[in-house]
Amino acid sequence: MNSPTEEPTWLRRALIAFAFIHVALMIILPFASVIAQACSDGFATFTRTFGSRDTIHAIKLTLLIALIAVPLNTLVGIAIAWGFTHVKIPGKRTLLALLDLPFSISPVVVGFLFILLLGKHGLFGGWLEARGIKVIFAFPGLLIATLFVTMPYIAKELIPLMDGRGREEEEAARLLGAGWWRIFWKITFPEIKWGLLYGIILCTARSMGEFGAVAIVSGNIRGRTNTLPLHVEALFQDGDLPAASAAASVLAILGIVSLVARTITDIKAKAKSKN
Amino acid sequence: MKSARLTTHGILFGIGMTYVALLILLPLAVLAIRTAQLAPADVWKILTTSDTLAAFKVSFGQAFLASVFNTATGIPVAFVLARYRFPGRKFLELWIDLPFALPTAVAGIAICGLYSQSGWLGSWLEPLGIKVAYTTKGIFVALVFVGLPFVIRTVQPIVENLDIAEEEAAACLGASRFYTFRRVIFPALTPAIVTGFSMAFARGLGEYGSVIFIAGNIPGESEILPLRIVHALESYDYATATILATSMMIISFVILVAINLLQKKHALKH
Repeated sequence: MNSPTEEPTWLRRALIAFAFIHVALMIILPFASVIAQACSDGFATFTRTFGSRDTIHAIKLTLLIALIAVPLNTLVGIAIAWGFTHVKIPGKRTLLALLDLPFSISPVVVGFLFILLLGKHGLFGGWLEARGIKVIFAFPGLLIATLFVTMPYIAKELIPLMDGRGREEEEAARLLGAGWWRIFWKITFPEIKWGLLYGIILCTARSMGEFGAVAIVSGNIRGRTNTLPLHVEALFQDGDLPAASAAASVLAILGIVSLVARTITDIKAKAKSKN
Repeated sequence: MKSARLTTHGILFGIGMTYVALLILLPLAVLAIRTAQLAPADVWKILTTSDTLAAFKVSFGQAFLASVFNTATGIPVAFVLARYRFPGRKFLELWIDLPFALPTAVAGIAICGLYSQSGWLGSWLEPLGIKVAYTTKGIFVALVFVGLPFVIRTVQPIVENLDIAEEEAAACLGASRFYTFRRVIFPALTPAIVTGFSMAFARGLGEYGSVIFIAGNIPGESEILPLRIVHALESYDYATATILATSMMIISFVILVAINLLQKKHALKH
C-alpha cells in the first residue's frame, strides 16, 4: 500500500523507465555511436589516424596549451580566491559576475573578441605586426583564447571553499608569525586540495577540448595551428568520419576523466563533511 | 586582515586581478568601442539582411524548442532522481552530467555520426522521411544534447529540499497525488524551471562545436548565429561580425541578469 505522499507504483516505474530511455537515447547512444564508429575497422583506424603527422602535431599542440594554461590558471585562481576571502575589497559581487562571463559568452564571440584585439586590423594589430609578432593564426592566439575560456574554473571552485572556511585559522597563523607561503601550504591547502584538484581537472579538460574560440583564432592550418578538436573537424571535412571519430574518442576520455573526478571529489567532500 | 598593509598575499591578489581585468575586460572593451564606431544606419542594414534574420530565426527557434523539450523531459527526470531510489540511479546521474564534461567537437561528431544516413538512428529515420542530418532538426538534437543537464540540475536540488509535510497536509485534506503535484509541488519548482530553461536557452544560442557538424550550415536555412559570425569573418566583413557579436552578448547579458534577479527573488521568498 502506498503512502499518501507516494505516486502509484505503476507511475513510479513508468517515470523511472522514461528517465532511462530518455538518457539512453539522447546521451548514451551518441556517445556509444562515436566509439563504435572509431572502432568499426578495429585498430586500423586508430593506427592510421594517430600515425599521421598532422594528428601527432595536433596532440602535441593541445598538450602544450594545457601545460601552460592550467598552471597559470591555477596560480591566478588561487590568488583570486584568496583575495576574495582575505582581502577587503569592494565589489565582490562584480568579481563573481566577471568570473561568470567566460562561461556565458559564445565561444565564437570569444574568438572574435581576440581578433578585434590582436588581429591584423585589431587594436594592437599594427603594434604587433610592426614587431613581427604573430598572435592570431599562431600559437599565442590559441593560448590566449584558451586562457579566456578556462580562466574561471579554478577560481569558481575555490572561492566558495575558502570563503566558507573563513579567515580565522590563517589570521591566527599570521599573528603567530608565519610567512605567507607557510600559511598557504600548511593551513589553507590541506583544506582546499580536493576542490582544487577538481577545478584543475575541469580546467585541463576544457583547455584540451575547447573548440569554438580556438577555431576562430587558429586559421586552421594543419600541422601548425590545429589542436586536436580542430583536427577532428579537419578530418570530418575530409569526409573521413572513422578517423574523425577515432580522434574524437580520444578526446572523449577527457570527458570521462572529468566525470570520474567529480564522483571521487564528491565522495571525498561528503566524507570530510561527516567529520 | 588589514587591507591597508601591503602583504604578499595582497600583492599576489592584485596581480591576479590585473590578469583577470586584462584578459576578460579588455577584449570586451574593444568590442564595445568597435560597435560604437558603427553608424546606426549600417547597424540596421546589417541586422535586417535576409541571411542575418534567418540566422537569428534558426538560432532562437531551435534553442527555444530544444530548451522547451529539455524542460518538459527534465522535470520528470529531476523528480525521479530526487525522490526515487532504484538500481542504476548513480549511473543515470553520471550520464546526465556528460554534456557538461564532453568537448563540444566530440558531441558534434557523435551526434552527426548517429543521425547520418548510415548512422544507427539515421539509417532508419531517413527512409521514414525524417532527415535529421544537415537540417534544422539536427541543430535541435545537438542543442538538446548540450542543454539536457541544465533543467535537471537546477530542479533536482529543489525537489530534494521540498518539505514533505506540505504534501502530507494536502493528502490529509483529501487531495489526489496529481492535484498535490499540480498545486503544491510544481509551483515550488517554477523558479528553478525558469532558471534551468534560461540557462539551456542561453547555451543553445551560443553553441558552436556540437552543432556545426550536423547542421546544414546553409545561409538562410540552417545557419546558426555563431556560424554567421564565422562566415562574416571569413569574408572580412568585420562590421557584420561586430554587430552580431554584440547582439549575442547583449542577449546573453539580459538572460544572465534575468536569471540572477529570479534567483534573488526566490532567495528572498524563502
